[in-house]
Amino acid sequence: MTYLIYDGSFEGLLTAIFEVYALQLKEPRIRRKHQVAEQLFSQNLHISFDEEKANRVRKKLQDIIGAEGLNALWKAILSEIEGIEDIVLGVVAYALESQKNILRDFGHPDVIALQDVLKKIGRERHRMTAFVRFALGGDGVFYSGIEPDFDVLPLISGHFKKRYADQKWLIFDRRRQYGIYYDLQRVITVEVQESETSPHPAVLDLEWDPNENEFQKLWKNYFKATNISSRKNPKLHLQHVPRRYWKYLVEKGE
Amino acid sequence: MNWDRLQEKLTLLADAAKYDVSCSSSGSNRTNETKGLGNSTGMGICHTYTEDGRCVSLLKILLTNHCIFDCLYCVSRKSNDIKRAAFTVDEVVELTLNFYRRNYIEGLFLSSGIFKDADYTMERLVRIAKKLREEHHFNGYIHLKTIPGASDGLMREAGLYADRLSVNIELPTKSGLKLLAPDKDHKEMLKPMGSIHNDILKFKDEIKLIKSTPKFAPAGQSSQMIIGATNETDLEIVKTSTFLYQKFNLKRVYFSGYVPVLEHSNLPVLGTPVPMVRENRLYQTDWLMRFYEFGPQEIVNDAYPNLDLEIDPKLAWALRNRGDFPVDVNKADYHMILRIPGVGVKSAKKMVAARRFGPLNMEKLKKLGIAMNRAKYFITCGNTGQTNFLDSPQLRGLILQSGRSKFRNNFSPQLSLF
Repeated sequence: MTYLIYDGSFEGLLTAIFEVYALQLKEPRIRRKHQVAEQLFSQNLHISFDEEKANRVRKKLQDIIGAEGLNALWKAILSEIEGIEDIVLGVVAYALESQKNILRDFGHPDVIALQDVLKKIGRERHRMTAFVRFALGGDGVFYSGIEPDFDVLPLISGHFKKRYADQKWLIFDRRRQYGIYYDLQRVITVEVQESETSPHPAVLDLEWDPNENEFQKLWKNYFKATNISSRKNPKLHLQHVPRRYWKYLVEKGE
Repeated sequence: MNWDRLQEKLTLLADAAKYDVSCSSSGSNRTNETKGLGNSTGMGICHTYTEDGRCVSLLKILLTNHCIFDCLYCVSRKSNDIKRAAFTVDEVVELTLNFYRRNYIEGLFLSSGIFKDADYTMERLVRIAKKLREEHHFNGYIHLKTIPGASDGLMREAGLYADRLSVNIELPTKSGLKLLAPDKDHKEMLKPMGSIHNDILKFKDEIKLIKSTPKFAPAGQSSQMIIGATNETDLEIVKTSTFLYQKFNLKRVYFSGYVPVLEHSNLPVLGTPVPMVRENRLYQTDWLMRFYEFGPQEIVNDAYPNLDLEIDPKLAWALRNRGDFPVDVNKADYHMILRIPGVGVKSAKKMVAARRFGPLNMEKLKKLGIAMNRAKYFITCGNTGQTNFLDSPQLRGLILQSGRSKFRNNFSPQLSLF
């Protein structure tokens, strides 16, 4: 068994796929840097990104599964699920073999596995468009912290840019320690040094707008008042708003 | 701003508005071209869910709960001894903008009790929508409930700023309306639906010729009726909703299970449980008609005027029509695949797509996410499939046993459908 270890970027993955074919590897496994410990009886191969190799794979795939197909593969690795690269490799192998766009062959195990991951990512992306809560800083910027299951910031940036075109905002992924910031012109990726001592996870150490607290209180009151207690259904509630998201939701706070 | 007073008003006027069911924020399209606030792409977002499991997408409030009407089913009726309040136009505008900017909501669902008269009230609702659109360049979603008896001119103006307009039919039958809402008249309630429908068609025609024609209620109109407050049958409910869909091309007809709020001889007694399972079955029926190519009379008719509460209406239909089964999943057309119990629209599409690459078998179907506990009795693939000699009542019992927990313990109006 050979482990190909890459940097986590899509281009890196394409390079790794190139090597699988160039070296005719048997039982290849592709993993991210931090996902692999040295293992007995297996060989580790470190892949460094190579633009030419990546482009050759990209072009070949584009001819068979189209730009949309390539985009699906890119999305899939944002899941960071261990082994997702092997599923992608399986789908690529199937496409090369059949020379057809097989992404809708829901009978093929790798295609099903890929579609399954895409569904999960789509759901997480959608959740983040819903569950981001902004708080207005004293500096006029709207701040939000999230901890999505997958690396979905690249997938929601366009949505927020169009929606909040007239306000500055920052959405920070606390698990991956980076954020996206919109400065009224464009969205840029930012790294923020967080203070370790911040008491509440949703609160960056900032001065808030004087009315911020009132609007949060209004929202909490609204959330309570709009509930119909004779229809109480905690199971359904939890299904839609899983507990792990609560700490960033104003209305679920104390 | 007097924050404490505002908190109190919001609590009162959200509480009074919560029996309006619609929370849809989809189906409109307002692109943010001017670097204003908000962008509607046609896809709705539920920002949170209340503890009763209902989605919160819009700021759903009444402008006021003062009302000159005395409808028995309504908490805001004139004769009810409750605290009254009213927002100012600016308060509603500020709340909407500030909630929207914090990504709490997709927009505003504004309704109102009637104070003074219909036009006076409607004029204020329109003014709020106009202010949001014109002064604040707000592209979020606006749903206005029209006030019965308001003038055509105001209704038309409302449609120019709102994404959706709604007129509630209130109760499924004319006799029910007479019994519980003596101030309202069935015919008078249909009139505005007709005029909104005509305006939607007219603006759509004009936009083909003149590109600058403004949008008119681009997310269409909807309506809602209370179920379980009078002794109507499901057949009567479905007949009314079908009539509304066909006559006025409504986007949605919502059902609201009656929540007992008053002791009165014309009403179910206080403490009667909210008919949530029935509500769910009615929505499933609605889905069958809108997405599964079913006709209303296939689901409820004179022989079966009420839905089976224990099983979903598609399964009930299949059990009554065993002659149409088993369906060969490799050969049947999409229309017939949609009719297999346990198969949803997405699975049906996947099945049709997947079988182009090779024949489907039971194993593949399971992986596609089909509810095999129901589907397996109604399909064949190649020569595998369960031939069953059970008659329909026996089969119904068997399926119920295997899926009992789901139907027994979950009294939800918004279970995922099928």
